[in-house]
Amino acid sequence: MQTIAVIDYGSGNLRSVERALLEAAARANRRREVRVTSDPAFVRRADRIVLPGQGAFAECMGGLKRAEGLAEALVERVRTDGAPFLGVCVGMQLLVELGLERETTAGLAWMPGVCRKLEPHGATLPHMGWNAARIVRPHPVFDALAPAAHVYFAHSFIVDLKTETDAAAFTTHGETFASAVARDNVLGVQFHPEKSQDAGLALLARFVDWTP
Amino acid sequence: MTLAARIIPCLDVKDGRVVKGVNFVDLRDAGDPAEQAAVYDAQHADEICFLDISASHEGRGTLMDVVRRTAERCFTPLTVGGGVRAVEDVRALLLAGADKAAINTAAIKTPDLIDAASAKFGAQCIVVAIDAKAVAHDRWEIFTHGGRTATGKDAVAFAIEAVERGAGELLVTSMDRDGTGAGYDIALLHAISSRVRAPVIASGGAGGLQDLVDAVKLGGASAVLAASIFHFGRHTLAEARAAMKAAGIDVRPL
Repeated sequence: MQTIAVIDYGSGNLRSVERALLEAAARANRRREVRVTSDPAFVRRADRIVLPGQGAFAECMGGLKRAEGLAEALVERVRTDGAPFLGVCVGMQLLVELGLERETTAGLAWMPGVCRKLEPHGATLPHMGWNAARIVRPHPVFDALAPAAHVYFAHSFIVDLKTETDAAAFTTHGETFASAVARDNVLGVQFHPEKSQDAGLALLARFVDWTP
Repeated sequence: MTLAARIIPCLDVKDGRVVKGVNFVDLRDAGDPAEQAAVYDAQHADEICFLDISASHEGRGTLMDVVRRTAERCFTPLTVGGGVRAVEDVRALLLAGADKAAINTAAIKTPDLIDAASAKFGAQCIVVAIDAKAVAHDRWEIFTHGGRTATGKDAVAFAIEAVERGAGELLVTSMDRDGTGAGYDIALLHAISSRVRAPVIASGGAGGLQDLVDAVKLGGASAVLAASIFHFGRHTLAEARAAMKAAGIDVRPL
């Protein structure tokens, strides 16, 4: 049976991500072992990797680095072996080079760009609730979403990508920002598929079966 | 397309069972919270909220088992409040499967808790719940312990302070209206929503669909929270969504 590692580095609501992946796999008629883990050995042989994240960029990046051998295993499995990867919320934000939340922190730098505060232009902050993710190019995973499907957001920071083709979807709240990213085997979503009811489960169902 | 106004069914919970009373007394039992939440999830509730109404005065912990059972089957955001007194309480709720913790009495008593919880888990999961009563024209005072204890704190001033300290959202309940079905306190909602950047959730007093519309259009609320009008089958979530849409409010298309 294929395994999916949900990376546990002390951040957020991991249980919901785990439950949603299991439900999505069941809906796709795929048997998957989903494990919330900080064990580098498990990550190194996982078929797929999900990196959740809640809270501040610096704290999440610090948590990832503090777990012995975890960041190295993640990099090796995703960057060297090309395992399918999905970052969720701060887990997506960590993909860029720099986080500018509170202090300047180095990210994973898998995609050129920075993570900075959303400029709401009079709208509410945090950006909280259901908003449309407009998919900008065909993608086997993101095509699961209807053209402007509403998905659930809860964040105040966004990624500014240097490479436009890394953006897979855009959302507008005060300003327009990348709400999904895709580069080769690496995907990220600023929204929470595990909290986006059928739309989110449909996306995860594609992810658990996706071959980049 | 813009951010949709949210419709949030709220389950008041006591001893693991759903209750909803008039002004927090004379409680009626409407079943198992996890069962009820699954019904609302199936009806596409934008979020679900549990408030443990007895926690702060009976010293009970929050309903971890109910939260866990709900998170097992609902793929919609879940806010849980009642009895959150420390950063560890917030962590326990999030680990059990809640997405946001609502802090009420403790936020008033020890506002530093807002800063600490927000710094630890992020503003997006910290809701500060403000229970207010009108004390003069355009002046509201915060009450705690289910509306029994006056604090002397001005609701609007505290709302501003809470957001500055890191609250990601404000759950604003009119204690005058709660359980009456007479409509939200629109002046209270407007007084707060016009002064803070964080989203305001309207609570207390929804009696009909027009009340939901007014909270957003006149009160400036980002979300409407209601209990009785949904629990006792007076209106479905679909009817609420349709009424808001007909009034020109952006709601989640389904």
